[in-house]
Order: sequence, then C-alpha cells, then structure tokens
Amino acid sequence: MNRNFALLATASTVLFSTPALAQTEIEFWHAFTGRLGELVAAQVETFNGSQSDYVVTASHKGNYSETLNAGIAAFRAGEQPDILMVFEVGTATMMAAKGAIKPVYETMADAGASFDPDGYIGSVKGYYTSSDGQMLSLPFNSSTPVLWVNRDALTAAGIDPDVDLSTWQKVGAVLDSLKAAGHACPLTTAWQSWIHLENLSAYHNVPFATKDNGFGGVDTELTFNGPVQVAHIQAMGDWARDGKFIYKGRRNEGGADFRAGTCALFTESSAGYAGIKSEATFAFDVRSLPYWDGTDGAPQNTIIGGASLWVMAGQSDEEYKGVAAFLNFLSSPEIQAKWHQDTGYLPITQAAADLTASQGFYDANPGTDIAVKQMTAKEPTGNSKGLRLGSFDQIRGIIDEELEAVWSGDKDAQTALDSAVARGNELLRRFEQANR
Amino acid sequence: MEKRVTFKGIWLPLLLVLPQVVVSAVFFFYPAGQAIWQSLFIPDPFGLSMQYVGLGNFEYLLSNSYYRASFVTTAVFSVLVTAVSMGIALYLALLADRLIKGSGVYRTLLIWPYAVAPAVAGVLWLFMFNTRIGVVTWYLGLLGYDWNHVLNGGEAMGLVVVASSWGRISYNFLFFLAGLQAIPRSVIEAAAIDGAHFWTRIRTIVLPLLSPTTFFLLVVNIVYAFFETFGVIHTITSGGPQQSTTILVYKVYSDGFVGQDLGSSAAQSVILLVIVGLLTVVQFKFIERRVHY
Repeated sequence: MNRNFALLATASTVLFSTPALAQTEIEFWHAFTGRLGELVAAQVETFNGSQSDYVVTASHKGNYSETLNAGIAAFRAGEQPDILMVFEVGTATMMAAKGAIKPVYETMADAGASFDPDGYIGSVKGYYTSSDGQMLSLPFNSSTPVLWVNRDALTAAGIDPDVDLSTWQKVGAVLDSLKAAGHACPLTTAWQSWIHLENLSAYHNVPFATKDNGFGGVDTELTFNGPVQVAHIQAMGDWARDGKFIYKGRRNEGGADFRAGTCALFTESSAGYAGIKSEATFAFDVRSLPYWDGTDGAPQNTIIGGASLWVMAGQSDEEYKGVAAFLNFLSSPEIQAKWHQDTGYLPITQAAADLTASQGFYDANPGTDIAVKQMTAKEPTGNSKGLRLGSFDQIRGIIDEELEAVWSGDKDAQTALDSAVARGNELLRRFEQANR
Repeated sequence: MEKRVTFKGIWLPLLLVLPQVVVSAVFFFYPAGQAIWQSLFIPDPFGLSMQYVGLGNFEYLLSNSYYRASFVTTAVFSVLVTAVSMGIALYLALLADRLIKGSGVYRTLLIWPYAVAPAVAGVLWLFMFNTRIGVVTWYLGLLGYDWNHVLNGGEAMGLVVVASSWGRISYNFLFFLAGLQAIPRSVIEAAAIDGAHFWTRIRTIVLPLLSPTTFFLLVVNIVYAFFETFGVIHTITSGGPQQSTTILVYKVYSDGFVGQDLGSSAAQSVILLVIVGLLTVVQFKFIERRVHY
C-alpha cells in the first residue's frame, strides 16, 4: 500500500507539475487599486498572452508604504517577489540595500536582453539611475506637478481665463483679484513638500540637499532652507494668512475641493488629469508650474513623483530572464503610450512620447503634453535630477509639520525651514549609520 | 485566617498553569524580549546588517525634544479620553439605571458603538468634521465658527479625543450599569427615607460602592488610550497638525513603518512597556487602596 501511494504521488507530481515546469512564474507586487489596478492587470494579461515561457502574477499589497513594508518583511522571511513596486521616496532605502536588490541594468545584462538606457527620458530615468549612469530600477508611473486652473472661477471673478500664470508674481496678482472678488479658495495644493519644496528647488536650480541631492552619497545634508525656498514659503504663508491660499491637508485632500469647483487654482500632479476630467463640471486648464521671475536659471526642469520597479535579489536565473522580458515589454512604445494616455502619467521613453504625438492624442487633449515639456525642457542639473535621501518618507512628514506651522502663522518661513532641516538631518544621520 | 487550597503533587499544578505560561511566553515574553534586543541595535530595514549601539537609541530618543513633547501629548490625550469616556458613561448608566420602561432598547442602542473598529470610527468622525463637506463643520459655520482641525491643533486634539471616546463610552457604560445594579436597593432606599437627596445618595453611597468598577475601568481605559487609539489618530490626523496629536504609539509606527528605523521603533516600544508597567503599579499601589470591595 505504501508503494502504491508512492507511485501515485510520483505520478501526480509528474502529471500536474509539467505546466509549472514549462512556465516560470514571476511574482510582481504593486500598490495600485481601482482604475490603475485594472490597467496594471491588463498589462500583465497582455504580457502573459504574448509569450508562453513566463507567467507574471501581479498582487496588490496596499498603498505605497504598505507595499514597501510588505517587500521588506518578505525579504526578511526569504519570500520576496521578483519585482517590487517602490515609490520614489523609497529609492534611497532600496539602493542602500545592496544584498536585497538586483539593479535593472545588471538584470538586463545577465539575461542577455536588449536594453538601451538612452531610449528612456532623461529626467524620468535620472531619478532611478546611479551617479555613474546605471539604471537601478525601472521607472513605472511618473508624474510631475502642474497648475490646474478653474477657468469658470476666473471668469466669475472678472479675470480673463487665459491670463498669464507662468510666474508666481503673476499668480499672486490673480490671487489678489480672486480674493477681492470674494472667492473663498483662490489657491490650494496637494503634496506640499513634493510641489512647494522638492520641485520648487529643482525648478529654480537650487539644491534641496548637499551631494547633488543625495545622489553623491549618504553623508548628504538638507539645504532647503536657502533664500529661494524661504521666499516662496513666506509668500505662501502670507497668502495663507490673507485667505488666498487655503491649506486642505498633507496628501491630495485639496483635489476634492478643486474638482468640486470650490478652489480656483490648484497645484497637483499631472496624473490628476483623469480624476479632474471625469468629475469637473467646469471648464479647466492645465498650465506649467509657476516659477519666481528673477531667479537665475528658472525655470529649470521639474522632477518626478511616482514609483519604479525594483528587481529583488535571490531568485533563479530563469526567473530573471522572465523579469527582463517583462520589463522590456513594459518599456515598449505601444504599452507605454497606452499607459501614458490612459493614466496621465509621463511616458518613460521618447519613443512612447513620439508615438502618442503621432497618434494625435495631444491635439485631442490639449494640455496633456505640458508635463512632458516641463520635464524635458532642459537637461537636468545636479539640483534637478531628483532626490536620493534616506528616511525620506518620514522627512516629508517633518516638512509637513513645519509647513503647517507656517500656514497657521505659528512660525515664519525661515524658522520653520531651519527646524525642518535640523530635524531631517537627524534622520539622515540615522540612515547613514544604519547603512554604513 | 486565610484558607489555602494546596495541591499534593507538583505536576498537576504545573500542568494547570502551563497553557497560561505558554500563551504569555509566545505572545508576550518572546516579542517583548525581541523588542528589548533590537532596541540595542541600529539595523538596516532588510536585516542585512546590524550595529550594536548599546543604549544609543534611547539616548537619541530622549535627547529629542519632539519625542519628549510626545509624552505630554500622550498624557493629555489619555487623561481626556479616560475622563470623557468614563464621565459620559457613568452619567448614561445612572440614567439607564433609573429607567423602568424600555431600558432594554436603550441599553442595546448604547452598546452599538462598541462594535465599531477604531479606524472606522475615525473615518466616521472625520466625515462629520470634514472641513469641506462635514455636517458639523457646516452647522458650526452657520454659528459663525470656522472649524479647521487641519491647521488648528486644539481642534484636532478635541476631535481625536471625541472619536476615541465614542466607542469606549459603550464599553464603560456596560460595566457601570452592571456595577450600579449590583448595589442593593435597600441601602439606597434607606438613605432616601433618611432624607438624602439624589445627588447626596450618588456622592455618599453609589460612587463609593461603585469604586471597584471605576478602578477597573480606569486601568483598562488608560491602556486603551495608550495603545488602541492608533487607528483613530492614523485616519483623522496622522499625528498633525504639526505634532499636536502625535502620541507615543503613533511615533512607534511612524519611525518603524514610515522611516524603517527599526532600532528607534524598538526602543520606543521598550519605553512604552516600562511606562505602562509603571502606571499599572502606581494604580494598584496607590489608587486601589482607596477602593472598597
């Protein structure tokens, strides 16, 4: 009986494991739900249908922070996925974990896959590229901040809806008119640290942190308490005091107010497009992020937010071949162009941007190319390549706290930013020590 | 003379306490030991390397003025949550105790909020006080009060206290009502015949006889305010504005899961462990003496 059982077991193993042997399974953990989740699922399905060697299994693991923590916990337990989606502020954490990841360029080279790093848009891939030009993770969803305008609100306040809003000086004048016309919420924002400090610094070509914003090493120090940043935050603080800038929360709470028509101007990610288009019952516009006229080098380029795909260490060569094939599939012009048009995220390759243009998408949807232009107008400098700072999710929390002190009038801009820099530097030193 | 029940052998009593010992060891001593061990290191998040720093994590924390301020925030928050939830629960229990008709319905309805998870309670209250679409915010606006807990620390603290206390009132109410009903009617009636008014009876008879229940609830509620209110804070304020609602347990989360600083997070867990231990000792040593069983 024992022998029969053993035979049966062998037979069943042979019978049922054959398909699994033929197809290598690639695990992919991501942070998308809703419409974005469906679009990711569609990409994966297309890839699985396009070849028979690999099967990508995508799983949703919560929001960005939860997905990163799930990946970390899984790695500690030796159960890590092949591909992990990590938001841009987790880049330094992943980079420092040398034994836990396999850089994308290495994955591609080892798998013998064709890979042309020059095909990717510089300011998108720059965030995820080492200082010697090697791509560490594959940019997946990237967006950049822009200015959203409620044209009807401007008209109602007696302002020409086509008014020039390219500089903060001009925006300030429009805010005055809106306030004078009795508007309750002339300006609001989402993601205050990302837009009003990180992007502000890059856009005006001033450093956010030393060592090329952390690209040059973990012994970096924050420097966003310089005159350009202080002047901007002070101006925003003054607008907040006068009821011209209304603070709604640390994340994208302001989005609901803008889409409902409560707020006239709104600084938010270019990826807000889909939501605004489907909900807004007023005429809206998308404009470039304003800059301060008179600052040397402004406008430089803005930087991205979003997430990239990291290849985790400790998998078989066969799986890495599958990973390389999947990453190449994601970078292909057709898939990228569709993703860009469906979501409002930036295309990661020039080919995808060109394809989108040739398909007539930008003509049919005016303003959707503003973000691409704003990102690619100039070659990125050391100040505008991106940020690579440890514990940065938590440093953003500190910045949120200090900015709230400015908006409520408890602190002036200089005091608040000095304090944010000092507190953030403490976390950077902890990170440096942990990754020595 | 105290009467002791003694076992003859050693094995039976050991066997009887074993389940308790095993549960404590697996779910308390092992994790607590791990936390103490980890608090002596600065590890990298992926567990690739660890550096021994001795008490360095504790030094780092205690020299940080924001961490020290978090103690005060936690104290204010815990006292408020305990006072509000116990005060209202006692008031409702006193009223329910006097009800003759419909007391079953009344009691059942009062217990419902206890079934709501803290995070969900947080979202419910956040909706009512939302600065744009909140019902309460709107009514306050009609009265000329501009509610904005997103920037006003006092209002934010008030909101998380109310949201944390709400479900807790039900729990406290149950215990208070049971305690009240255990007080012999005859004692109260005798006092009434002697001419003691309602409030005099409450003050001199009901409250002293209720003190074991009150003491139990005090301990349980403070522990609740320390640990289980995380969901409410996370959904409503995320610790803000500025740091006005960052209680100790929220900072453990923030350092551990937002900053991936496991050394600091472990050290904070150890500090919390010590605080709760001390609080419980103080409560049993000093307050329990004044409790009449």
